[in-house]
Amino acid sequence: MQATDTTDPEYFHKVVDCQYACPAHTPVPAYIRLIAQQRYTDAYLINWESNVFPGVLGRTCDRPCEPACRRGRVEEEPVAICRLKRVAADFKDEVADMLPKAGPPNGKKIALIGAGPASLTVARDLAPLGYELHLYDEQAKGGGFMRSQIPSFRLPEDVLDEEIGYILNMGIRTVFDTYVDSMAEMLTKGYDAIFVGSGAPKGRDLPKLPGRKEADENIHIGINWLANVAFEHTKKIGKRVIVLGGGNTAMDCCRTSRRLGGEDVKVIVRSPFADMKASPWEKEDAMHEGIPIIDNHVPREFVVEKGKLVGMTFEKVEAVYHPDGRRELTPTGEDPEFVPCDDVLVAIGQENAFPWIEKETGIRFTSWGTPIINDDETFQSTRKEVFFGGDSAFGPSNIITAVAHGHKAAVSIDLYCRGKDISKRPPPDVTLVGQKMGIHEWSYDSIPIADERKIVPLEDLKKSLSDRMVEVELGFDAEAAFIEAERCLNCDAQTVFTDVECIECDACTDICPTSCITFTHNAPEDELRAKLLVPAENREQDLYVSGPLRTGRVMIKDEDVCLHCGLCAERCPTAAWDMQMFLYNVTKATPNLVDIK
Amino acid sequence: MSYYKPKFRHPSLPENELGYTVADYDGAVSTLCAGCGHDSISAAIRNACFLSAIPPHRIAKLSGIGCSSKTPTYFLGRSHGFNSVHGRMPSVATGASVANRDLIYLGISGDGDTASIGMGQFVHLIRRNVNMTYIVANNGCYGLTKGQDSATADLGSVGKSGVKNQFDGIDLASLAVLQGASFVARSFSGDKEQLEPLIRAAMAHKGFAFIDVVSPCVTFANNVGSTKSYAATRDNLEVMPLDFVPMREEIRTQYKEGSSQAVTLHDGSIIHLHKASKDYKADSRESALIALQSANETGKVLTGLLYIDPNSQDLNHTLELAPKPLNSLGKDELCPGSRVLNSINEGLR
Repeated sequence: MQATDTTDPEYFHKVVDCQYACPAHTPVPAYIRLIAQQRYTDAYLINWESNVFPGVLGRTCDRPCEPACRRGRVEEEPVAICRLKRVAADFKDEVADMLPKAGPPNGKKIALIGAGPASLTVARDLAPLGYELHLYDEQAKGGGFMRSQIPSFRLPEDVLDEEIGYILNMGIRTVFDTYVDSMAEMLTKGYDAIFVGSGAPKGRDLPKLPGRKEADENIHIGINWLANVAFEHTKKIGKRVIVLGGGNTAMDCCRTSRRLGGEDVKVIVRSPFADMKASPWEKEDAMHEGIPIIDNHVPREFVVEKGKLVGMTFEKVEAVYHPDGRRELTPTGEDPEFVPCDDVLVAIGQENAFPWIEKETGIRFTSWGTPIINDDETFQSTRKEVFFGGDSAFGPSNIITAVAHGHKAAVSIDLYCRGKDISKRPPPDVTLVGQKMGIHEWSYDSIPIADERKIVPLEDLKKSLSDRMVEVELGFDAEAAFIEAERCLNCDAQTVFTDVECIECDACTDICPTSCITFTHNAPEDELRAKLLVPAENREQDLYVSGPLRTGRVMIKDEDVCLHCGLCAERCPTAAWDMQMFLYNVTKATPNLVDIK
Repeated sequence: MSYYKPKFRHPSLPENELGYTVADYDGAVSTLCAGCGHDSISAAIRNACFLSAIPPHRIAKLSGIGCSSKTPTYFLGRSHGFNSVHGRMPSVATGASVANRDLIYLGISGDGDTASIGMGQFVHLIRRNVNMTYIVANNGCYGLTKGQDSATADLGSVGKSGVKNQFDGIDLASLAVLQGASFVARSFSGDKEQLEPLIRAAMAHKGFAFIDVVSPCVTFANNVGSTKSYAATRDNLEVMPLDFVPMREEIRTQYKEGSSQAVTLHDGSIIHLHKASKDYKADSRESALIALQSANETGKVLTGLLYIDPNSQDLNHTLELAPKPLNSLGKDELCPGSRVLNSINEGLR
């Protein structure tokens, strides 16, 4: 194998599994250390700089970081990264004065259509550069799906208002209560660029299912219904509710139903339980509230009696998995099952819809209804001054993905407005700094503790079901937060190896608790992976390969289960191993928005 | 400095026949200098015991005084241990071995502990062929007292202080061969591929098994001019590679005809000598001495299995001692009664 090029920041970036998995690449271990030091405000600012909505995301994020967390590979459970983010938001001091202000006007004007997380991120990134930003939304308040789709028992309104406020206070001109119905018209308004962050607003329906029309009064599209609840147009629902669908929207629908009068609420889903799209913890939360999840049931009919919905029939299926990975739901042949109900919520997915973008604008779309975009770096559409981001770009995803899109689109818009080539992206902001404090002492808590993952305490079930405004999760207290923070393995404390210093004494390979380091003769990757001290079977994790050493061998480190405990560097007599803190700040239109000592 | 090793281990760490992983053979975190060759020897012992699937509680570690003699704390944390007086480990080992012949004895000593203060005891251990493995972690200096030359420092070798050693070093391997040891080997702490099978073979050998391990002192003798530094040892290494196949293990590796030489031990275990050493006469003291002398003359460090007597008989056998450990003998065996006493007395009249 080629020697590893550690000057490429992506190598060490990938070692920080959580940060690498995060669409916005938030420097997770860095803020977790600050939480352990009770520096909640600094931890919040690192988050805010990177993901813009720490308080919101600390409650609602899809947490791609947690399945990636290295801790989950050395023991049962990953670090509770998401809920630690909430700790930073809950315990921080007043931060308004520490946030950047709008820069002196640069004469450029940008329209942002849809006030969801993507547009708000673009606004946050561009405001300090002096852009005049006009934010359009059909609702009276900003937030987009964060406001309309996420129930307040998961995300209290004041948390959302606070974090949207930080952005709007940067001199953003809001054009709310205004539905943009013509892109052609927007293009005549003299904007230097337009960003579309209007989401995927069309909930899927079951138009062809028998009884759909007749029972229309009691059938609701999940995302529309949630929005109506959020804006208080809908205040109650029938006693018996069926929620169709297995995603997070279905979980929000069923839990909201329980709070609006639904007593017998069921989630009924086509796929097997394990294949459902909903996050495991959201399924758990629903079941905790007494909501059964019935899987392998395909809806066949809305049963209507005397013009009114009385229930639904379902066909029972089982999943057959083909060797090519394809899944097929085949009927079991049992009789169809009738489930009585008063209301049905359809939460089976959502789609993009741009009825307001005219053909003559030159903005073209794929057959999936998503805009044709240059690539997932620039987010430029087929009309060069129009950019897309968030769900409107590639279809439904999540908040953190929308934020990541926003950062990239803001870079493109800034380059475009300055007449620069938008494909020439500025590099990420990267530092790599030695952490040696004494002969064998590091600046971070190097030896990981063995504590198990802390469980977030919940509000009393009866109380939380009685009022949809009562937040269910109570968040960690300071003590639990400290222990949870200490569980972090500090994967950003990189093991940096300098081959010319190595005397091949074997001290590192002898001490390494997880047998990561092997000295052997170089070979092709497959061969190397097989002949390490413990074979490296997790191919998603890289091998760190040194240049040739004095004996002609090389040092191979399997990054997979390295604890970043620093023992290799402590036992190294020549400092060939060093622990160096790696900070990777993704490319943004305005780097270093906040100042953290 | 961390004196604690995290409890997490690689989730797919292999297990031996007893169901133990190599981590079950760990000891405390070493307090020796970072990069000390002795730590590599500790790891090689740990790995060897794991590979040979020896129950940790069947091993007794014995040592004297010195950096080397501290190391038993750093491996086999679940085994018996006795840290004795300087140079007096052989006495303790001899006593222990005759009292309980069922344990596996592992003596760890250094060049000071063996070649200076303990020399008198060492040679008698060889002479009596006590059933044990005796490893000398040989760095040619007194690391614990700031690196003065030891009795095994080579003539002309320069320590960290810059002074040349004026005396000829004692070659412990030659001495052991000459004195009649039944198993003599030399190795290098930086070559686990060779050291591990040697330790496994030594532990399977019935009788006194001696391994002289060049183990650089990273603090006081790893400088230019030192003959026992990592660099100098590697430069002059002449390795006789080998494998060890325990009796109960099926033979997986295919050895090409004529490419190796097999030595079978009393328990059926096999030592395979490879490459250059395939023609080496491992059962001849004479060829061992010649090979050692010629290597010494050219400044080479000859490593490998230098001499073995596969049919050696240990002290317990020679003295016709009780076949069971003393602690397992019952009252009737220890005190067979007046009838037996009378018959003994009659025999002496």
